Amino acid sequence: MSYVAIKGGGRAIQGAEALLEYLRTEQGRGGLPLDLETIQSQLRFLHGRVMSEGGLYHPELAALAIKQFMGDSLEAAFALRAYRSTKPRLCESPVLDTGAMRLVRRISSAFKDIPGGQMLGASPDFSLRLLRLELLDESPERFQEIAASWLDDLPDDKMPDSLPKVLDHLRQEGLLPKYKVNLDSEPFDITREPLIFPVPRSAALATMARAETGSLLGIAYSNMRGYGDVHPTVAEMRVGYLPILLPHPVTGEAIEVGEVLITECEVVAMYEESGDHDIPRFTLGYGACFGHNEVKALAMAILDRSLQKGMRDGPANPSEDPEFVLLHIDGIDSMGFCTHYKMPHYVTFQSDMDRLRTTQKKETLKRVKEKQQ
Amino acid sequence: MTETNGYQFGFLDEYAKKEVRRSVLKAIALPGYQVPYSSREMPMGRGFGTGGLQLTLALIGAGEVLKVIDQGSDDSVNAVNLRTFVEMTCPDISTTTKTQEATLIQSRHRIPEKALTERQVLVLQVPYPDALTVVEASEDRRKAMHGEADYSRLLVKLYEDIVTFDEITISHRYPTRINGHYIIDPSPIPRFDVPKMHQSPALILLGAGREKKIYAVPPYTEAIPLAFEDVPFRVEDFSDAQGRRRPCQRCGCRLSYLDEFINSTTGDKVYQCSDVDWCNDQLEMAREQAA
Amino acid sequence: MKEGMKKILELDSFSKVYGRGCLRCFEETGPEQTNICPCCRSVVAAHDVSFSLYQGEILGIMGESGSGKSTVVKCLYSDGQPTAGVATFYDNGQHHSLFDLNKAQQRQLRNQRFGMVYQNPNLGLNFDISAGGNIAERLLMSGDNNYGRIRQRARDLLRRTEVLPERMDEKPKNFSGGMQQRVQIAKALATDPPLLFLDEVTTGLDLSVQAAILDLILEIQHELQTAMIVVTHDLGVIRLLADRTLVMKYGRVIEAGLTDQILEDPQHAYTQRLVASAL
Repeated sequence: MSYVAIKGGGRAIQGAEALLEYLRTEQGRGGLPLDLETIQSQLRFLHGRVMSEGGLYHPELAALAIKQFMGDSLEAAFALRAYRSTKPRLCESPVLDTGAMRLVRRISSAFKDIPGGQMLGASPDFSLRLLRLELLDESPERFQEIAASWLDDLPDDKMPDSLPKVLDHLRQEGLLPKYKVNLDSEPFDITREPLIFPVPRSAALATMARAETGSLLGIAYSNMRGYGDVHPTVAEMRVGYLPILLPHPVTGEAIEVGEVLITECEVVAMYEESGDHDIPRFTLGYGACFGHNEVKALAMAILDRSLQKGMRDGPANPSEDPEFVLLHIDGIDSMGFCTHYKMPHYVTFQSDMDRLRTTQKKETLKRVKEKQQ
Repeated sequence: MTETNGYQFGFLDEYAKKEVRRSVLKAIALPGYQVPYSSREMPMGRGFGTGGLQLTLALIGAGEVLKVIDQGSDDSVNAVNLRTFVEMTCPDISTTTKTQEATLIQSRHRIPEKALTERQVLVLQVPYPDALTVVEASEDRRKAMHGEADYSRLLVKLYEDIVTFDEITISHRYPTRINGHYIIDPSPIPRFDVPKMHQSPALILLGAGREKKIYAVPPYTEAIPLAFEDVPFRVEDFSDAQGRRRPCQRCGCRLSYLDEFINSTTGDKVYQCSDVDWCNDQLEMAREQAA
Repeated sequence: MKEGMKKILELDSFSKVYGRGCLRCFEETGPEQTNICPCCRSVVAAHDVSFSLYQGEILGIMGESGSGKSTVVKCLYSDGQPTAGVATFYDNGQHHSLFDLNKAQQRQLRNQRFGMVYQNPNLGLNFDISAGGNIAERLLMSGDNNYGRIRQRARDLLRRTEVLPERMDEKPKNFSGGMQQRVQIAKALATDPPLLFLDEVTTGLDLSVQAAILDLILEIQHELQTAMIVVTHDLGVIRLLADRTLVMKYGRVIEAGLTDQILEDPQHAYTQRLVASAL
């Protein structure tokens, strides 16, 4: 008699993998494999999101992950994260100054005019979401022409590469709390230490920086709608390339080793009574992530603000509860656990049935007895 | 350090493995205490045994013999997947399906039927490490409750269960007190397997990947399931309508945990050992006796 | 108190300040002023409160809201940390310095040696578990591990506090306010504590229900010799229950002594007004 139920696992996995690989290549002779540069360029928002949620700035491997997992952003970020697990942490950068960013976009909704000016950059915010049907059949010639002619038409009076931060201006006016530079405490490294609550703000920021965009947005949205009261004003949203400094292995001097594309958002929220003998000032929320992802940076800034409130006064809403927010926004964790329910649970279900049958039997007996009485 | 398939021995970087081993030592020193660790992302989903796998990868070395089971079976999809991954990243180890041959056993949802020995380590995969989650959602508050061994709310849950159903309705993940202090979630093993933890000669390690906790039942340590003096803990009942213990339809064993399913051709209910290796052993022994 | 009476509790120079506090907090606040320090805006909830309590005695603490009467009881019951003061609990030949205990010791005393009955039953009872389960929680915490015995004890306690034992498996959220107070009292008595705290237990109940609850408290005092601290703004409750009384205003004790004496011959103008208005 053969063993029933779970057999042939190895073969099944191989079959499933082969089928997935077929799906990836099903265009057959009419198709071409996705070019990694094409993914980086033409799927740039997806690409940035995968690097951000994967917690690893590796444009080439992120593009590979998108290709391999056929555009599933959760799976692609997951693979990048798992790859990261194999790499030791060799050195750390000093705190980087985002004022030095090479900007591609920078706006403020707090002031009509800001030092250096508004810089709309590439943004779909105000364009109509109409499907451009002419792209249904876009010719390579036409496609290649667009970028070339755009560069030709570029005006000569170029804007400067970097611009001052809007918040510096507000800080000079005394509307914002002063910097508290804490030289004693190292920033929390969530890849090397588990979160044990209460956690420092740097741990919360790091967790949100690699959170899944949708989860972060969902919880931040609850705060915007009324389960909370941050009421943010975007002091500055900036997108650009941040120079990365690392200590020179011999001299220890910080040297620039490259740059990463990031989105940074700073929101100002209503002022409150200050605990430490100071006059009332606006409060701040901070968000930043890899890639060009303004929704994520803004949602994160709102949650940073709401979590600071929750850490101080105790949470009054889900978005103010550090445990609730920080333990439920990671895409890799949540997606993995959701998926695991599809695995066999025969043994535990057998145990569940045992309990139900026993209680059913007891209840039936009790009812029979009651009837007899 | 051997390079395999572009990945180093044991997949994880050495710092990560060292951290896991240090957490294991702490877990053994404080039986039942949940030691937080940073828990790296593994190339399989959270919930698929990434906690158990990190323990296995941190502990395994050349000459080790590994057995991986899921639902008692070496050949279930997830067990195969995990075993293949360890074989791929740890080239000098060997694997087995025989419980007695293994030095390291990673399992999901079962403790093998065959009694484990002092030279073996059992690694259990844990989805929910904290038995107090059912009565307290905040980890911060749960930590204080564990520290003070304040388990009254859990006991009240048992009390209320008996009031409502005349039975303790917890089926698996049965809260178990270790060494007289910490109460653990013993992972989703059935109640049937809980007594195997008590005074076990083998070290039992429990690893939760997503929840980032490691805890242990050290060898020869007390492991007592929560119950009342007059409402004792009971394992799953496999007796038929006449009150006789059902045998495994394949090997005839009347002592093992059984899987129940419907025979697709006859429509009959069929019972069979959940532990495949055990079932095969019983068959083998029966054959030898017959010969 | 008479010679030979067993002392249960001694409170010495208790103070509780909410806020930063400053050097002038105590001189700038008091019964003739307010309890908010004009210099630093801190709230002096209680200052320089001392008393002792003996076995079987009921001590009343009377005052209006903001007088600090509940603050004293909260800190004694480890629901808050005092700013200054020493509290000693005498129990079976041992004494415990209440403000120096760690969390586990606090929890152990709260559960096994003290009982608390709140004005709001929501604070004293878990509304999501049955009345019997609420009582069982205290018994389970003190280590009783026998289901049948716990049920029997819960049944007896509910019978004693005049709750129908048939309702012991119902959730207290379905009960009337008076009934909820009875369940709270039963829960407080579960471990036979030598000391009971009662914080405005009859406030908000119908008059007839109030009278029945107060009778019950007196019966318990006589039967079990439980010492009690009764916090109330109600002179009627003080008159009926308390052997001795402290009157508090803006965080200070303005009058202390035998209840009968205070009611017959109040010394402080505030107490005089209170007594006059109640007559």
